[in-house]
Amino acid sequence: MTVDSVTIALVGSGGAGAMTAGQMLLDAAANVGWYGLMSRTTGPQIRGGEAAALVRLSPTPVHGPGDRFDLIVAFDWQNVERFAAELPLSEKSVIITDPSQGEVPAVLAASGAKQVELPIKELAGRIPGGRVNMVGLGAVAAIVGLPRAGIDAVIQKALGKKGDAAIQASNAGIDAGSKEAAGWNLGLELAAPNKEGATRWNISGNEAAGLGALKGGVKFCAAYPITPATEILEWLAPNLAKTGGKLVQAEDELASIAMCLGASFSGVPSITATAGPGLSLMTECIGLGVASETPVVIVDVQRGGPSTGIPTKSEQSDLNIAVYGLHGDAPHLVVGPTSIADCLFTTQWAVHLAEALQTPAIVLSDQAMGQSRAIVDKPADAPHKANRLLATDLGGEAKYKRYADTESGVSPAAIPGMPGGEHTADGLEHAESALPSSQASDHQKQLDKRLRKLTSHDYGDAWAEVEGEGEIAVVTWGSATGPSREAVRRLEAAGTKARLVAIRLISPVQPEKLAAALDGVTKVLVVEQTHGAQFHKFLRGHYDLPGAVSVFSRPGPLPIRAREVHETLLSLI
Amino acid sequence: MDTHLTDDVVGPLPGDYKSDVKPIWCPGCGDYSVLAGITRAMATMGLERKDTVVVSGIGCSSRIPAYTSVYGYHTVHGRSLAVASGVKLARPELNVLIFGGDGDGFSIGGNHFLHACRRNVDMTYIVMDNQVYGMTKGQASPTTEADWCESKLTPEGPGVNPIQPVALALACGANFVARGFSNNPNEVARLIVEGVRHPGFSVIHILSPCVTFRPEQRNWKSTVHPYGREPTDDPNEAMRAVLEDDGFGLGIFLAGNRRPFQPESAATRSIAQIEEGFAV
Repeated sequence: MTVDSVTIALVGSGGAGAMTAGQMLLDAAANVGWYGLMSRTTGPQIRGGEAAALVRLSPTPVHGPGDRFDLIVAFDWQNVERFAAELPLSEKSVIITDPSQGEVPAVLAASGAKQVELPIKELAGRIPGGRVNMVGLGAVAAIVGLPRAGIDAVIQKALGKKGDAAIQASNAGIDAGSKEAAGWNLGLELAAPNKEGATRWNISGNEAAGLGALKGGVKFCAAYPITPATEILEWLAPNLAKTGGKLVQAEDELASIAMCLGASFSGVPSITATAGPGLSLMTECIGLGVASETPVVIVDVQRGGPSTGIPTKSEQSDLNIAVYGLHGDAPHLVVGPTSIADCLFTTQWAVHLAEALQTPAIVLSDQAMGQSRAIVDKPADAPHKANRLLATDLGGEAKYKRYADTESGVSPAAIPGMPGGEHTADGLEHAESALPSSQASDHQKQLDKRLRKLTSHDYGDAWAEVEGEGEIAVVTWGSATGPSREAVRRLEAAGTKARLVAIRLISPVQPEKLAAALDGVTKVLVVEQTHGAQFHKFLRGHYDLPGAVSVFSRPGPLPIRAREVHETLLSLI
Repeated sequence: MDTHLTDDVVGPLPGDYKSDVKPIWCPGCGDYSVLAGITRAMATMGLERKDTVVVSGIGCSSRIPAYTSVYGYHTVHGRSLAVASGVKLARPELNVLIFGGDGDGFSIGGNHFLHACRRNVDMTYIVMDNQVYGMTKGQASPTTEADWCESKLTPEGPGVNPIQPVALALACGANFVARGFSNNPNEVARLIVEGVRHPGFSVIHILSPCVTFRPEQRNWKSTVHPYGREPTDDPNEAMRAVLEDDGFGLGIFLAGNRRPFQPESAATRSIAQIEEGFAV
């Protein structure tokens, strides 16, 4: 008997190497042909402190975290109670525990999970240079049936530069762990991998967002570090440079968004990445981008809020500020990637849309996507590029009008270097000429055109992911999409038709498209990760939802699991 | 561009850099003369209008971009230096100048001023100092005297010592620091030309009276005096001299030789090559 999915937590305080072991497990699984997802849970410590690598592996694509942990390997139990709630277990679960580290904490033991002792520290201690995480990795490999060849390639890649001694120590640790676990027969052997099909990628959401920026044509980034968005900036730094772009570290988020606007004003597609506190600081300049019609992309990797909140853990609670956070009537773009891989598509699309519509675009990623790594089929190439509509008839008799009131609402832009296009872009309300104006007619005209360019644009099918049929539908967004999709498929597998609508284009809203997607639906379940049901209220404010509407809304840091959505759906049928 | 032809001169005139927009300023405002100095400097250098970008924040003097005929960006309060840095870093071939006042530059924009000085991007900041918030009708700014009691907001005086912008610029590492007075647009123009031509971040502090809320500043014409030393390239020497100065010395304090900040990049990889790094 094999299982179709196995969910593993590698737990250990700083220095144990739990994250490294988790990363190697994911990489090795990818090498042999499994799909996978690795997320991380850490405390606020810079280094050290409690940490766990959360890995789910499957022969088929993994959409989200598992229902519960099938296997926990603990190098120690230091501070595990701080995130025990993130480690749901059942009596079918298995806890591998090192007797030298004391008893399994009651909060976990209470699940009734099977406990198996493995003297991890002792085994590692017998090996010169031996490390507990390699012993643990070896045990996991034996338990799930991970072929040794997959691990060998990872070790060679990771430790090749460190020399033979390091490789031998790691191999010996893995062998020791595997040997101990080989005869345990825990029933967690994963179904055979499948290497058929498309090329696979090993990518994090933050890397995917950075790649999406490059593919969209971004050539400038101004950066201010913030958890959990920093990896986007750190990925872009070398890769922008290699592709002829530039990244500059700014003094704060006020400056990073302002620098991006300056670069964009001069015609260079620009991006920055931040999290809630930084987005709060940026809102004034995002409004300037709206008023001066200067495109810019802001990736907000959401974390628990408000204020400093929970920097290392995920939530979807920046929806309101992203949509409503600007003063004045300030229509702009808000998009949300629906998966780790989709961080690429959605960010690339955001660059395209921002440039096409000459307005800021906020990409609402989150920690669960940004800092998690997945094995996915290589994403398809999307055609979306930065392509700003530029003025072509400059220097003639008629004076150039930067904010010409066109039918589409998009005004041909002149950028520095173009003779005859000289003008002063302005955050003051202005006439078509760009000169400041407080006249009612100019205000009305400019408000109309800034809204019209967004509402009249054809966003095509990318506005949402719409799947399935039937009279019950899950409406969701962002990282809640994965578990929602898995729940819908479980329902379908059991013979109940169901639909999934994951809205990628949050703003501007698409009432006609959602109405069509929900045509015939009598029950709607809204799924989101907030305390205040922000998405549900947003939907209520802008859409007519058919039939009976229920809400599954919970704040972070607990991830939404497919089982929870599935059970909620079952209760509604 | 309109050109002016005389016997031996072919080049732009200051008027070529003016727009036909009438300033919102009060009659007698020092900023009129600064604007004249700016357009004169642009004409002297023969800047291409299409390749010149002026950036400002919010305030009376921040209105200047619309009064010029080059590319301009009138942004939000305090952020002009950051916006301008983005322009210059993304498009190094452009001429970038920033205009603003003492509140915009040293209060709400104080952090950006600090970092613009130390970052040393090759652009020129012309800050018109009238020691008051004029657009909001007369409140104390970071350069207002502690005992100035004419504001309804601080009727007992702000009670806080003012900063000295030239000393601050030097302390933060600006590469070119000068002070001018709006009554002498020719000298203002000369300082701007020197500042633009000098590599790196140039700060031109211009005493520009607010005749409406600080009418006593009309007397500045008898208070200012030549600074009286030759420009130095040594920031320490400049700082010592500035600390002895009464805040009304005019001239170039520092023409330093720090290298401007301008990251270069060249495309050496295709995106497809970068993507290969993700393949399993």
